[in-house]
This record gives sequence, structure tokens and C-alpha cells, in this order.
Amino acid sequence: MTHVLDPDALSDDARALSVPLPPYRDATRSDSAFRAFLHGLPGVDQVGAEARVAQLGTRSIKTTSKAWAIDTAISMVDLTTLEGADTPGKVRSLAAKARRPDPTDPTCPRVAAVCVYGDLAGVAREALGDSGVHVAAVATAFPSGRASRAVKLADVRDAVQNGADEIDMVIDRGAFLSGRYLDVYEEIVAVKEACARPDASPAHLKVILETGELVTLDNVRRASWIAMLAGGDFIKTSTGKMSPAATLPVGLVMLEAVRDFRAATGRQVGFKPAGGIRTTKDAVKHLVLINETVGPDWLDPDWFRFGASSLLNDLLLQRQKLRTGHYSGPDYVSVD
Amino acid sequence: MTTSSSPFEYAPAPESRSIVDIAPSYGLFIDGEFVDGTGDAFPSVNPATEEVLTEVSAASEADVDRAVRAARRAFEKTWGPMRAADRGKYLFRIARLLQERAREFAVLESLDNGKPIRESRDVDVPLAAAHFFYYAGWADKLDHVGLGTRPRALGVAGQVIPWNFPLLMLAWKVAPALAAGNTVVLKPAETTPLTALLFAEVCRQADLPAGVVNILTGAGDTGRALVEHDDVDKVAFTGSTEVGRSIARAVAGTSKKLTLELGGKAANIVFDDAPIDQAVEGIVQGIFFNQGHVCCAGSRLLVQESIHDEVVASLQRRIGTLRVGDPLDKNTDIGAINSADQLARIRELSDIGEAEGAQRWQPACELPDRGFWYPPTIFTDVSSAHRIARDEIFGPVLSVLTFRTPDEAVAKANNTTYGLSAGIWSEKGSRILKIANQLRAGVVWANTFNKFDPTSPFGGYKQSGYGREGGRHGLAAYLEGAEQ
Repeated sequence: MTHVLDPDALSDDARALSVPLPPYRDATRSDSAFRAFLHGLPGVDQVGAEARVAQLGTRSIKTTSKAWAIDTAISMVDLTTLEGADTPGKVRSLAAKARRPDPTDPTCPRVAAVCVYGDLAGVAREALGDSGVHVAAVATAFPSGRASRAVKLADVRDAVQNGADEIDMVIDRGAFLSGRYLDVYEEIVAVKEACARPDASPAHLKVILETGELVTLDNVRRASWIAMLAGGDFIKTSTGKMSPAATLPVGLVMLEAVRDFRAATGRQVGFKPAGGIRTTKDAVKHLVLINETVGPDWLDPDWFRFGASSLLNDLLLQRQKLRTGHYSGPDYVSVD
Repeated sequence: MTTSSSPFEYAPAPESRSIVDIAPSYGLFIDGEFVDGTGDAFPSVNPATEEVLTEVSAASEADVDRAVRAARRAFEKTWGPMRAADRGKYLFRIARLLQERAREFAVLESLDNGKPIRESRDVDVPLAAAHFFYYAGWADKLDHVGLGTRPRALGVAGQVIPWNFPLLMLAWKVAPALAAGNTVVLKPAETTPLTALLFAEVCRQADLPAGVVNILTGAGDTGRALVEHDDVDKVAFTGSTEVGRSIARAVAGTSKKLTLELGGKAANIVFDDAPIDQAVEGIVQGIFFNQGHVCCAGSRLLVQESIHDEVVASLQRRIGTLRVGDPLDKNTDIGAINSADQLARIRELSDIGEAEGAQRWQPACELPDRGFWYPPTIFTDVSSAHRIARDEIFGPVLSVLTFRTPDEAVAKANNTTYGLSAGIWSEKGSRILKIANQLRAGVVWANTFNKFDPTSPFGGYKQSGYGREGGRHGLAAYLEGAEQ
């Protein structure tokens, strides 16, 4: 097989790596040590996890707390378009909506970020200007991640250069499922280094686990730890390109992971469910899940995001309903 | 109550109580009619506010006699001779009515008992309906239960139930009794009579023949008159071991059949290979479900010494998120203690725990001024010799003990005069099966706790009682010519 890029050159990026934070310095010293560490994490009982989120799903969020939840959720949205048909015009239109989601109401908060493919990061950057809305770009041969490491790293550097200040990478699920955990780890470390910016702090790295392909909650917990140990700033459930995506049991396990990781290392990692969250009710359930699993420290766009496209319009409709007392309709929010 | 001042405070979300219509006073339900009792009236109180909800009648000995005679007549004239399939039809009808009026039952149960609406709505009432559905299906299949051919009904069942799951315990008692062809006289607990009285209304709505179900409210005297009545063929009791013992004495030497479902001091065993987060949930569910007013509550946590600190820390964090307060608020996790007497007992035993050297921990927790409240509590440094490790507290109080090896876990778990339930937490299936076989407890849960289902028999070893309720076994307790 012919490689366009020299495969041996790739791993150089990965070797000059920092080791994980204490007390986990030794965890990645060898394949077997890393495997032993990951498989030594407490198991997850799927039935129990599902029962817990079902119970939290019965929380009744009304009136003032609902208003707070809707505004908070809007401010946490990574407004996303990831289609082959994306154009600069589409991205500019989305950027306008991100800055001012409800043109009829200036008190409506702006969203957290616009999430696009790397080649359109520049368009998004320009359209968002100094609005404070971040530019997130997916990279590393999103969504499959099936490319050689050099291509993935080039993808990341390109997106950063185009103006992305957040990178949403995918892990190598093939490597994970075949038990090559250290490969997955090293690739994340390499991507993190590729997020460096000469004149600014590094672009924030969100690590997509694509939990729908990992299938078991034990795998979700292990992959979460790999991503956190490798220096990911956020762990993210899914690409949104397959189903199931961001389910509540997966969210519970990933939140438990960021909670335990901070307790052990002192470093806080963010969480981003993405894909399948379409209604205000779904969003509120996630906020409740955060509130009662990791607490208010994560109830902030710096630590929690929704990867979504259609969610925003439902949040806006519900927001209008709370304000006016009646439901309007789809023509009262903008089509993206 | 939350751990810290979160920006995400849940606004009050009270379930409306307008759906229930509580009369100023209630009589007894005898022979298909609500009649005035000849005993004194006594109040039923909302334990969350101490508000008097209504007055109910304490059935006298004469009332008990009237009810038992009505039940006997119904057994001989209508219910007994009736085609079994028709008996099933009535039970299906009752089950559907319970579902249709579920919200009414849930609100009334929370008002009268103090349990959170989330539990009465999601557990008590649906399970009660499920019991009627389940036993309705058995009514015309008794020949095939596996208890021999043509098992016969016993006759009149005198049933006395506790205050912790008023409607659900009624369903556990009434559904199998009626399915097996018996008629019943049931006494709900003194502090929680209201859902049983609403159930009487459902019996009328279902056109259940008069006398098949009779409801007598009252206290201990009424219960005693009922179980000692000569014309009662079967006594079923759920409640304290002390009262159970006196009932056993009362029926000794008679032909009455007896089932007793009494106290418990269940061990919830957490091994170091457990799914810790789910185990912590299970511990919480095991001891704080229904304010710990659960005979099978996991009140003794046996945790492997190597993970003791981690589990206790996780448990404390989780307990800090429990919401204690208004039982009718849909977001409440822990409601009110059922009565002043029960609260006094919980306090007394907790104080003894502290005096004996165990460490008490309670979350920062604001409790309402009125009503009966006790915060979720855990005791660490508990020894098997402490009273809080031996006596049933019947409240939201957990005693944490440790073990080092599986044998030690089994020995400590079985070291109790009770034997109603136990829990095992481990990711290792072979260990679960082995330990479960060694535990002397009627129900053993694996990687879960306090899960109930009408198909599953429930009952105890040792001082937790005898006889089984639920499943096929539950029918055996109400049939003659059938081995239990």
C-alpha cells in the first residue's frame, strides 16, 4: 500500500508526549499498564444507570427554573452545521443566528459557538467577529476518523489556522475496540499539540468518543478516561452522524468520569452531548443530570455544551411561550 | 435541599390535591355499604403538616363481628359459588379502576402517609394495580397453579396491614385472597386508613358483590378482635415482629391459617468489584426509599474494607443531593416520617447509636417547621454488637459495617434475628450466585435493591415471618389442599 505521507513520520508527533497528570503518571507507561488501569475502573451496571437517569427524568422543572434552564441551555449551544452541502452563505446565516438567536428579543442570550467543518472555520470566524461566540471545527477525518495520523493532524492544523478556537476531534474507534488503547491516547495527545496557536492559547480540544460505536457503558467510561488523561478539554458523546448518539445513560457515565477525574487530579474537564437532543425537554433533562451528578460547577458554557442544530429553535419557541403565555409556531423562529 | 447554592434551583412543583375529595368523616365499609361504626372516631393526620385530614371510625368488636358475618355470607352465597372466570373479571375491573384513578390514589396516599408523590405515583399505585392484574389472571387457573387438583378457598380472611405502603399492602393481601375465592375483612393501619377507604369506593364502582371486601378502620384493638374472631379462617398480617408474635399466640390452637410478614434488618453487601456508582444509587434506594419505612430496607450496609472510604464519600455526596420536603412536590425524594411515635423511635435509636460509639453523619438539611421529619442519616464505625446494627429502626438511618472476605460478609449478613431481604453488589456473576445461596433471606437482590414485582414471591426467614406473598406462592397462602 502506498502512503501519500510517510507513515513513519507520524508517530514522531506522538512520542514527544507529556505524561498524564498525577496520580496517573504510570498509567500510560505501557500497553499492558494502560489496559490494566482502564479495566480496573469500576464497572458500570447498565440497568442501574438507566434506572438512575429515568428517575432524574421525572424532575419537574417549571416557571422560574424553566426560564433559567432555557436561557442557560441557549448559551450552551454549539450551533452546528456539518453537511456536505454547507456553503459560506449557510455558515454566515448560522453565525448571524448564533449572535442573536431571537431577533425579536435582545435579552435572549447568544449561543456558545458555531460548529462547522474546518474549511469553513474562516468564514465563521469572520462572520462572528468579536461577538464572543466561539468557532468550533470538526477535524481528524470527521466523522469516521479513518485516515492516517498525518492527515488527521494536518486537518487539525488547517482548522486552527482558519480561525477555529475549538477543535472537535474523533477518537480512533477501531483502535479502541481492538484494545489498542495507547494508540488512541497518543493520537489525542498529538492532536492536542496540533491545537497550539502561535499567538494565543491553544484551541480547546473536544474529544468525540462516538459512544454509539463503543456500545457498552464500560467502554464509554474507559474511553472517557483515555480522553481526559490525554489532555482533552472536553469529552463529547457523538458525531451526530449515527444513532444512538447522546443518550442520558451515556451522559451519566461521562459526567461521573469528569467528576471522578477532577476529584483525583484537580483538573476539570467539560462535557458535550451531541446528536439527538432536539427538544427543550431533552435539554432540561441534561441540565438536571448535570446538576445532580456533578453539581453547579459544570452548569456553565465553559464546561458544558449542547452539540445541536434543531434544538435552538425549540428552545426559542419555549422561551417565547414563557414570555407571552402562548405557543407561536415554526414561522416565528428562523429557518437555518 | 441541595449541596451548595446552585443557580439551578427547582421551583416548587406541587401536585394538585384538588383531585382528591376527603370527607369530614368516614364510617366502616361492611357488606358493600359505608356504615357508621359503633366505636370511637379518631383523626387521620397529614404527617407533613400535622393537619387533621378527616375522622375515621374505630371498629368495635360488634363491628368486626358484623363484617366477618358479611364476609361469610358472601363467601357462601355469592363469591364462593361464582364461576372462577367471573371472579377474575371483577379483579380485572378493580385493576383497571386503580389505573384510571391512579392520580387520585397517589395524591391521597402521599397526603395520608407522608411519602413523596414521586414514589406513590411511580411505585405504590402502579404496583398495586399490577398485583390485581396478575392475580386476576390466576383466578380461573387455580387447577394449574401446581398445588394439586382443585385447591379450595379457605373462606374468610382477616387481614391486617401496616402504614408504610397502605394501598400496596392492601393489594398484596386482597388480590390473591379474592383470586383464590376467599372473601376478606381488612384493617388498614391506624395512621393511614384513607386509601383503603377509597379502595372500598372502587369495589362499589366495580360492582363487586356485597361482603366480598370489608374494610374496618381502627387501631390495635380492632385488629385483635379481627384475628381472634372465631369465624375467620385465615389471618394475614404485615407489620412489626412484636405484634406478629402476639397474633401467632392468638391463633395458636385454632384451625386458622396464618401468614406473617414482619420486620427486617437487611444486609446490603458491596464487594470491591461492584459497579460503585450504581451501588451508591442502590444503597440510597435501599435505605431512603419511603423514608426507610420499608420492612426489607437495606439498613445494614456491609462494604468491603478496601473500598469503605470511597463508598462512604460517594454516599455522602449523593445524600447531599436528596431533596427532603413537601411530599406532594414532584421533585421531593424524601418525605415525612409517618407519625410522631415513629419519629420518636428513630430519634431514640439514633441517639443510642451515637452513645454506643458510632459516628453519625447527616447532610446540611433544612426541615419544615411543622410535621414529622428526620434527615437522611448514616452511621459509620458501627459494630455488629451495636443496637443500630441489630434493631429495626424503620427510618432513614443507615448503619455502615465492613468486611474483609466473602465468608465474613455472609457471616455478618446472616447474623441477625431477621431474614427478609439482602442485596449483593458485584460485577462477578459467579460470586453473586454463590453468596445468594448462602444468605438466609427471603429475597436477595443482585445489583439492585427494593425492586418488587407481582410475579415474585416475597417473605422472610426467622423473625421476619413465614408464608409468601406474590407470585404463585402467594396463592398457596389462600388455598386449602395446597402445600405452601
